[in-house]
Amino acid sequence: MENLDQFRKETKEWLEENCPPEMRKPMGPGDVVWGGRNCKFPHPDAKLWLERMGEKGWTCPTWPKEYGGGGLSFDENKILQEELMTIRARPALSSFGIWMLGPALLEFASEEQKKKYIPEIVKGEIRWCQGYSEPGSGSDLASLKTKAEDNGDHFVVNGQKVWTSYADDCDMIFTLVRTGPQEPKHDGISFLLIDMDQPGVTTKPIKLISGKSPFCETFFDNAIVPKENLVSELNKGWDVAKRLLQHERNMIAGMGLGGAGSAKKKKDQTISSGMATMAKTYVGEEEGKLANPGLRQKIASFDINSHAFSLTMRRASEESKSSNSGPSPASSMFKYYGSESNKLRYELMLEAMGTKALGWEGDGFGPAELAITREWLRTKANSIEGGTSEVQLNIIAKRVLDLPQ
Amino acid sequence: MSLVLNEEQVFLKDSAKKFASEKTPTTHFREVRDSEIDNCYDDKIWQEMVSLGWTGILVPEEFGGSNFGVAGISSILEELGRTLTPSPLFSTAVVGVSLIKHASNDVKKDVLTKVVQDGLRICFAIEESNHHDPVKISCEAKKDGSNFIISGEKSFVIDGGFADKVIVACRTSGEEGAKDGLSLFVLDSDSKGLTIAPTKMVDSRNAANMKFENVKVSSDMLIGKEDDAYEIIESVLDISRAAISAEMLGSALQAYEITLDYLKEREQFGSKIGSFQALQHRAAIMFSELELCKSCVIESITSFDEGGNDSERLASLSKAKVGEVFHLISNESVQMHGGIGVTDEYDIGLYLKRARVAEQIFGDSNFHKNRYAELTGY
Repeated sequence: MENLDQFRKETKEWLEENCPPEMRKPMGPGDVVWGGRNCKFPHPDAKLWLERMGEKGWTCPTWPKEYGGGGLSFDENKILQEELMTIRARPALSSFGIWMLGPALLEFASEEQKKKYIPEIVKGEIRWCQGYSEPGSGSDLASLKTKAEDNGDHFVVNGQKVWTSYADDCDMIFTLVRTGPQEPKHDGISFLLIDMDQPGVTTKPIKLISGKSPFCETFFDNAIVPKENLVSELNKGWDVAKRLLQHERNMIAGMGLGGAGSAKKKKDQTISSGMATMAKTYVGEEEGKLANPGLRQKIASFDINSHAFSLTMRRASEESKSSNSGPSPASSMFKYYGSESNKLRYELMLEAMGTKALGWEGDGFGPAELAITREWLRTKANSIEGGTSEVQLNIIAKRVLDLPQ
Repeated sequence: MSLVLNEEQVFLKDSAKKFASEKTPTTHFREVRDSEIDNCYDDKIWQEMVSLGWTGILVPEEFGGSNFGVAGISSILEELGRTLTPSPLFSTAVVGVSLIKHASNDVKKDVLTKVVQDGLRICFAIEESNHHDPVKISCEAKKDGSNFIISGEKSFVIDGGFADKVIVACRTSGEEGAKDGLSLFVLDSDSKGLTIAPTKMVDSRNAANMKFENVKVSSDMLIGKEDDAYEIIESVLDISRAAISAEMLGSALQAYEITLDYLKEREQFGSKIGSFQALQHRAAIMFSELELCKSCVIESITSFDEGGNDSERLASLSKAKVGEVFHLISNESVQMHGGIGVTDEYDIGLYLKRARVAEQIFGDSNFHKNRYAELTGY
């Protein structure tokens, strides 16, 4: 405990000294720092903040020090996050490298690969995207057809990926490819790291029901990939893929948190529900109660479930703290519940706002209202991306409940 | 608030688990039910619980208790809930003891000592209508010198048919529905003018209707201050709501596990029915809901012992959530069992019956969602 107190003190001091004032202001939509070869910084301080945090390894606080990570324990990281929250520091770096690829590389990659790629992720030097789904392979991901052929010291890749987020701004893509066309479908897949800066790789943005989106299609036309970019063994990519999906699910599950219901009562503080407060401004109140009793009941249910959900995420992390086992099949539960909950959150907002939530663009609606409309549409993908809700329920039934197949 | 039990609580939970599996499996429940003994539980089992110290878990050490706290007694109730163990433990050791703690020192000494040593049974007469409402009280207590005279009626008094002591919530002033003007009294169940009519409930446990006709009680038997019992009532109800949620969680977990086993055994169309996606998805959803319930229950039962200031909201949250999920699971379990699910021979129907009674105890999910919203400022 004494060590932790000491750690808190030092962390506080370091942050005080190193977090630039500009990085303690609330973030706007364009302020996320994604890193990469052509990284765009919203402010010179953002560059400074990333350099300092990257140097310390605190963009990836719990990753091993030998690969540039922070090397912090569970408890130390908790303290770091609390201290970052206290000064309202912006995240120095956001990336799929941190959330998805890095943890999988730490588990499956060779020593050389870890030494090369992990520090790049920590410092935000390379921006990664994910090449998993294909037009013909959604829920049945293992049926994928993009093929990589052995050509001596390199593979030649041909095919198409879809839903590759931010592909048009990314440097590298981690990709599932078919290397064993004769093998059973799960046993003929490999995990390749592909540089996108070559003529054989092109991207095209996808427009969604919510409008412009970061999603792209990515085409491989005789793309060249050196053999040393194969992670794990040939035809063993599915194990890496599954593990990585668990990390992705945890990330998406996290979106079901926050906002309404996570309100905690602090001493001498009144508590409130974000959702109910918002609803009151649209439907009014009578003697302190939300004026629409049906909506009020739904919001109470939603708040109760949100609270219970975030509590369960916390409980799971406390329980796995000692075992250090990383995400488990139960991450499917969090993915399922979190994405369904986030969809419901926006449906309730729509219900509260009525026609004010139904504008598409232009006058007559506030910018926040228009944003909610678009976000409501965007949430419809939450229970599809990273494995549909139905796929998550299949996984729970099979892996957690051990039901017969 | 803790989200994991401490060593002491784990020990209590384990000993209750052992007790329930060895002494009170559901066959015990059936024996009691089918023997048609009036009080709906086995006195011998009750005395064993007393000798294990369970009635003293919320009792301060100076009166012979262990003061192991709400999380301690709730952990026991969760395990007893798994086998539907019938006993007046909840009504006595949770509700009764928590109320008596607010009485005069003489009363505390007298009653609590007997609860710990002899298993004196206490019930709480509060409800007056067919839905929980802690302020809808018109049962009246009129001051008469150094006594009060109680007149009125009470219903759904849990374990009220055969208790030794009755704690009654009365109106000493104000209108029905007002928070002010409520008072609590403790009296013997054989007091003159008190008529107790036991009611056998669908879960084969006893409750009671009570009629007070000019029942005289000394003002020494007042719990808390005259006209000012509302806060005591709510704080004791919150402890009780959290504790009964734990018991309900135990029952829901057991009903779910019984069903899961059945899905792995039963064959139709040449396959185990658990291989059917229509059932798998529902089972997976129930699993997720139960995980949420576990979190709510542990947060709420530990909040009292850790002196949290949000206990009332957490108690409502817990009772609302667990009530809803136990309701779902009790229905789905019967459905997934098919025909045998509605036979008396199979245990699963017993959980359905218990679910509906437990849901009503000190407020159903609708009541607590409404209360949660009020406490959250909408």
